[in-house]
Amino acid sequence: MAAAEPKTVEKTTTRGGPKKPSQIKGLFEGLWVTLRALTSRSQVVQYPHVKEEPHQRARGVIGLLEENCTVCMLCARECPDWCIYIEGHKERREPRREGGKPRTVQVLDRFDIDFALCMYCGICVEVCPFDALHWSPEYEYSELEIRDLIHDKDRLGYWDTTKPPAPRLGYYKAAK
Amino acid sequence: MNWWAFVLRLLVIAALIPAAAYVLGYTFLKVLAHMQYRLGPMEAGRFHGVGQLLADGLKFLQKEDLVPDKADRPVFLFAPAVVLVGVVLVFMTIPFGPPPLNIVNLDSQLFVMLAASSLGTIGVLMAGWSSANKYSMMGGFRAAGQLLAYELPLILAAVGVVMQAGTLNLDGIVEAQSQFHLFGTAIPIPYVIPQIIGFVVFVIASQAELSQAPFDMPFAESELVAGFTTEYSGFRYLFFFLAEFASNFAFAAIGATLFLGGYWVPLVPEKALWIVGPIALAVKIGVLVFIFFWMRSTYPRLREDQLQRFAWKWLIPIALVNIGLTGVLKVVA
Amino acid sequence: MTSVQSHLSASFAAHLADAQVAVEIETPEMTLNIGPQHPSTHGVFRLIAKVDGERVTEVEPVLGYMHRGYEKLCEVRTYAQVTALVNRLDWLSGYCNEIPFILSAEKLMGIEAPPRVQYIRTILSELARQATFLVFLGSFGIELGALTPFFHTMRDREKVLDLLESVTGGRFHPNFNRVGGILDDLPPGFVEECAAVMDDVDKMCDQVDALLFGNDIFRERTLGVGVIPLDKGLEYGVSGANIRASGCAADVRRDEPYLVYDEVDFDVVTDTRGDAFARAYCRLQETRESTRIVRQCLKALPSGPIMAKVPKVIQVPPGEVYVRAENPLGEMGYYLVSRGGRIPYRVKVRTASFNNVSVLPWLLEGVFMPDLIAILGSLYFILGDVDR
Ligand code: SF4
Ligand code: SF4
Repeated sequence: MAAAEPKTVEKTTTRGGPKKPSQIKGLFEGLWVTLRALTSRSQVVQYPHVKEEPHQRARGVIGLLEENCTVCMLCARECPDWCIYIEGHKERREPRREGGKPRTVQVLDRFDIDFALCMYCGICVEVCPFDALHWSPEYEYSELEIRDLIHDKDRLGYWDTTKPPAPRLGYYKAAK
Repeated sequence: MNWWAFVLRLLVIAALIPAAAYVLGYTFLKVLAHMQYRLGPMEAGRFHGVGQLLADGLKFLQKEDLVPDKADRPVFLFAPAVVLVGVVLVFMTIPFGPPPLNIVNLDSQLFVMLAASSLGTIGVLMAGWSSANKYSMMGGFRAAGQLLAYELPLILAAVGVVMQAGTLNLDGIVEAQSQFHLFGTAIPIPYVIPQIIGFVVFVIASQAELSQAPFDMPFAESELVAGFTTEYSGFRYLFFFLAEFASNFAFAAIGATLFLGGYWVPLVPEKALWIVGPIALAVKIGVLVFIFFWMRSTYPRLREDQLQRFAWKWLIPIALVNIGLTGVLKVVA
Repeated sequence: MTSVQSHLSASFAAHLADAQVAVEIETPEMTLNIGPQHPSTHGVFRLIAKVDGERVTEVEPVLGYMHRGYEKLCEVRTYAQVTALVNRLDWLSGYCNEIPFILSAEKLMGIEAPPRVQYIRTILSELARQATFLVFLGSFGIELGALTPFFHTMRDREKVLDLLESVTGGRFHPNFNRVGGILDDLPPGFVEECAAVMDDVDKMCDQVDALLFGNDIFRERTLGVGVIPLDKGLEYGVSGANIRASGCAADVRRDEPYLVYDEVDFDVVTDTRGDAFARAYCRLQETRESTRIVRQCLKALPSGPIMAKVPKVIQVPPGEVYVRAENPLGEMGYYLVSRGGRIPYRVKVRTASFNNVSVLPWLLEGVFMPDLIAILGSLYFILGDVDR
């Protein structure tokens, strides 16, 4: 496989040559191609009636699994255009075990993603250390007003329910 | 002919132009779409988007009728009407059926028809000039130059037919085709066979007259935005749109009459032509229109100078040769 | 009497001196603004053209309507974030833009991505290249007035983009590369699907060949139009298919192989004519070559990890590096200066389109209006790539 010297050669395009006299044949070839297209099946999907299945990995919308989020702000910091708005506060909770120390937990007050700004880079999903963010291939959330594109945590929570199931372990090996 | 019959026919024509434009426009959308693996309009009007153009037309009517500040106002406003009037005149000369079914019956009907078909050029030039837009002006000039250049092969192609038929009257030409037997064939054949050169020239020239690809430089959306229609909006644009497809119909009708036998169908008795005739004409027009649209959706456009060269160096000499050949054959036969 | 006569003759003489006998009708030049909103400039690009009738006498391109300051933005973004930004330079082949940047970061860090990654990167770059060329072939047709090839190419470009999406999750802006590797492995079934799509693309190339390149009207419009002689092209730094069509076999993929281009077998397509036809035809042939490359890569795809060993926080050691790559539009290079730390100190992007456009004032002098459009189309620039 590992050839040392490049195997590529130069090739000069053959078609056309220098200015050749007209050949009417070409005109009919074109007509033939369009006629074949006319008689073959159309390739479009009638969108609102028929929907294309988006790919599992398609980056359609971001879903938030709220119970996983610890308000660590990593996603908001790493986002290239800072379109994630997070607010949270600390709360004291009962100790987990009898006699244990009382815990402090971070409670999420606000988690907004501004999809008008988001560039769908996926960095937030990648950096979240607690797997609270996921991509969902849903794409139908256009709005009439740009401010409605700010999705709050409930809406993001809904999107999280639409995410595709995680691939099985050994998924790729089996497929090979 | 008494006046009310004439008015009645005029009214029919007035109704026929939008109807023809509608059908052709819809056909065009569909043919173009299917040649591109698309479906075209599918939503408006329940069945396969038949209501699409109606919706488009209503949309145009709602739009504001804008006139550019620097435009030559009266000329600008008047230009679409001129284009449409040209089309109306051509429609008036089309023989839709045996004599009572045509509007006018003149000795020099073909002459009038071809003359009327070039009237639109003035409107186009007016539109381009008065818009006070550089793109419009270039579009207008291109259109004028092109329409002038292709008027000639169009007429020359028709001359061959006239010579063979021996009349300028369109009914006469149809009748002559109904009696033409080439080498004693059993059924009479239309002039497309003996005048095949003329037919090809005619189709190409009318494609150019209609400013359709490969001769669509006056519109050339990638160069001139929308050519002479750039500044038009609202119902004036609708006028141009109507005129475009109506003249498609008109040219197809001329071609069908001259070369495909018009309303005449072989083996159909005289009397039945009253009903069969218009239908046959419609079918023949459909065939020609399909060829127009087929070329339009396949070819890229030529350059302005190539177009002129093509007209003067190829089409016109070929048409002249055709005339010569026709003359020789006429004398020999 | 004589005084009257002399007076008359004097006035005639004066008139004659005034009158200009117009041998040729002189038309004043007209300044035509093509763009920034014009259908054939692919975005906001403006040409101030002086036209005399239909002939263009002088052209001045005005750039910068789409300047988004990406080079500056890169100075305040981490390496992972920069890849998301550079996706947007040449938006039609977002994936290809990532490659040289990631390679330059890897070079500074002394990391080499595992072989499987290299192969996947090659496959995806070639897919992006095909997607870009398919847009070109279609839109070039549109510029010349042929509407149909556009939809034929778009149909198959959709399939190519679907492949890209199935791997990366994004159609235009994949942001799939990470320093040292890629985000995810190929999805199951990709290899077979990809091979099938390559067949479709090849078939489509034949169709476009018949629709455009075999068409006499197309040939009339493009043969001999907008010729860039080799020396002029080199002077202006024209690259990619534009210079290969002028007879210079410059292809970074072969001259300075990156990824696995030294292990696959492909031809560098050149032409000697240097006109619009040659440029377009080179691109068509390169699409075919590209499917060849993808097929070979699919066959040779090794197994293995998809990420090299990299620290959790990407910190690039100080240094400077220039890495170039053969993008669909031409040669793209990143000059990366690092002073250590998580963010680059300076990123200078050499984009192909900017240099390709710089030849326009010279090239467009004295052409016809319709030819101007054909030349603009055949040079094939993306505004995001010009203005950055
Ligand atoms: S996808 Fe990117 S831009 Fe969008 S919210 Fe996440 S990090 Fe921000
Ligand atoms: S990175 Fe994850 S855990 Fe941290 S704030 Fe964002 S979503 Fe919550």
